[in-house]
Amino acid sequence: MNYEETELTLGLPGRGTKRLLSGEATTKGDKPMVVGWPPVKEHRKGITMSRRYVKVAVDGAPYLRKVDLQSYGNYDELLSALQELFGCFTESDEKKLVDCVNGTLEYVPTYEDKDGDWMLLGDVPWKMFAQSCKRLRLMTRTPSIC
Amino acid sequence: MAYSFPEEVLEYVLSFIKTDKDRNAVSLVCKSWYEIERWCRRRVFIGNCYAVNPRIMIRRFPEIRSVEIKGKPHFADFNLVPEGWGGYFHPWVVAMARAYPMLEEIRLKRMVVSDDCLEMIAKSFKNFRVLVMSSCEGFSTDGLACIAANCRNLRELDLRESEVEDLSGHWLSHFPDTCTSLESLNIACLGSEVCFSALERLVSRCPNLRKLQLNRTVPLEKLPNLLIRAPELVEFGTGAYSAELRPELLSNLVNAFAGCKKLKALSGFWDVVPAYIPAIYPVCCGLTSLNLSYANIQSPDIIKLVSQCQNLQRLWVLDYIEDSGLDVLATCCKKLEELRVFPSDPYDVEPNVSLTEQGLVSVSEGCPKLQSVLYFCRRMSNAALFTIAKNSPNLIRFRLCIIEARAPDYLTYEPLDAGFGAIVENCRELRRLSLSGFLTDRVFEYIGKHAKKLEMLSIAFAGQGDLGLHHVLSGCDSLRKLEIRDCPFGDKALLANAAKLETMRSLWMSSCPVSYGACKLLGQKLRRVNVEVIDERGTPESRPDSCHIEKLYIYRTLSGPRVDTPDFIWTMDEEGNTPQ
Repeated sequence: MNYEETELTLGLPGRGTKRLLSGEATTKGDKPMVVGWPPVKEHRKGITMSRRYVKVAVDGAPYLRKVDLQSYGNYDELLSALQELFGCFTESDEKKLVDCVNGTLEYVPTYEDKDGDWMLLGDVPWKMFAQSCKRLRLMTRTPSIC
Repeated sequence: MAYSFPEEVLEYVLSFIKTDKDRNAVSLVCKSWYEIERWCRRRVFIGNCYAVNPRIMIRRFPEIRSVEIKGKPHFADFNLVPEGWGGYFHPWVVAMARAYPMLEEIRLKRMVVSDDCLEMIAKSFKNFRVLVMSSCEGFSTDGLACIAANCRNLRELDLRESEVEDLSGHWLSHFPDTCTSLESLNIACLGSEVCFSALERLVSRCPNLRKLQLNRTVPLEKLPNLLIRAPELVEFGTGAYSAELRPELLSNLVNAFAGCKKLKALSGFWDVVPAYIPAIYPVCCGLTSLNLSYANIQSPDIIKLVSQCQNLQRLWVLDYIEDSGLDVLATCCKKLEELRVFPSDPYDVEPNVSLTEQGLVSVSEGCPKLQSVLYFCRRMSNAALFTIAKNSPNLIRFRLCIIEARAPDYLTYEPLDAGFGAIVENCRELRRLSLSGFLTDRVFEYIGKHAKKLEMLSIAFAGQGDLGLHHVLSGCDSLRKLEIRDCPFGDKALLANAAKLETMRSLWMSSCPVSYGACKLLGQKLRRVNVEVIDERGTPESRPDSCHIEKLYIYRTLSGPRVDTPDFIWTMDEEGNTPQ
């Protein structure tokens, strides 16, 4: 009997690991996984499975939080989680993050990458971002009215 | 009048002839040279354990001191060979225990070794010195305890990537206090904690210890005390390279590494905390080999490290190094001969790092001595391959793995035939090649035409039909090992080139449209070759002859059909029947 499947764990729903049985193909991210491809030996697998906790600062918030980038699959999931964590902003109709109280105050999601540069979130594929992000900052700005 | 050297003189001359190739040539000169040579041969290499058997080996070479044997096919590394396939060391050790009491060295690769085998080694060979088990399985730490306890003059114990049933770390304490002979110890593949005080004492009392590879459970804090006890180390593998940031630990590490003046190779580096990497800076300029393939550090840290290793000849690293890191490698490490870049996240189609074909192009441009490449990436172009081929005509091994199967040239969407064609045409000394990406039969035409020194070829998801396989079998004069998976190669090429199979060590084909009927025909045609059908669906006799088999393993042998096959392997016999 496989006890692992009935084990209680903390984690987001729908993010369990899929066990790959020899001879079967399974799916991950819309692509079928094939036995033995790519040709990586067993002992080399699972090196990246470490947690990636990064600090999140939001302008105006009294303290910082930490999130584990490994537990999200894409930018939307991350931003939803941040909304829940901080509770001071929400997503507007134009897909921007705006303050719950003052609708003209916008939060721009930025991050510091491994080279030390501050970048706007969303330009690179999620996985690449998750590997190179060192910390997050949601900067506030009021769009200028001309 | 017969005139010849006295035997003793010839034996003395032969003692300088070491390689198998030369020894084999000597043995063909005449009958008396054959006799003299076989009595004084001390090492034997068996590339396929089923190509010969212990009885034959012992009958020909009665005085062997060193044996090297390989078992499972290479694709076993990627789970393509079913559990229980074979490759048992047991019959070998039983026979050698009787015939070679003076045996000193055993080197095994992809074989199944039980604790009983290890006990037999420990108790049968009084002068036993070297045990290397690479990618082996079937034994536990109990067997290791037996080796430790009984091999009085053990010099090398190297468990290289084997799968060991880890019952406890106490086996290491079984080395007696009188054991001072150890020169090389590699336990990197073990999962559980070894008894650290026993390890420390062992290292202290072995003055000739040159190679030590620890496992992941040895904490960073323990390293300084260990290293100062082993100043003769040439190769060292750390355990987990992480700890809380403490200045005195860092300075202890710096001093400890600096004390190892002969250090040439470093490995290990699991769970790296970047702040501790500077501890190895003192030894970087002397390093010729660096294995960072378990180190999850990012490109800037890798760059800082690698740029100090001007004498580096071999680098194994994860794709975290990225193109930018490979640019630095190309600039700083002009003596580089071997590069292996492994994928940090092989199962996601989306790239997680910025590593492309450009990195490899840079290295080929900057490193004139580049000979051996293993490179995982997510895109490739014919243009890049042309450039690499032009820059690195001295390549001996070129293994390229484009992660998405059948990926075409990302710029032109064409097949990568021309690019690989340039590789085989320019790299005249190429001995090993692994293909990937979208490839038609054309690439095999180039390979058959140009790759005259190619000895090993790995093919996956490539080709259009039998013609592709025919080009390879008919054109590659030096081909010894061919492994193929998921290619549209069928019966025709195999049957037309049956004789070629007698000149090769082995052929592996899986998920290819080869029919059972063709296998039977091959079995009939080929003498001294085993044609083994591997099929986990049950006996192929229950299906029509035209039905495709799952997997096929064909190899030449002096030993006849295997006697230890599991129930999912059928050897095609010479009468065209399937034995019961």
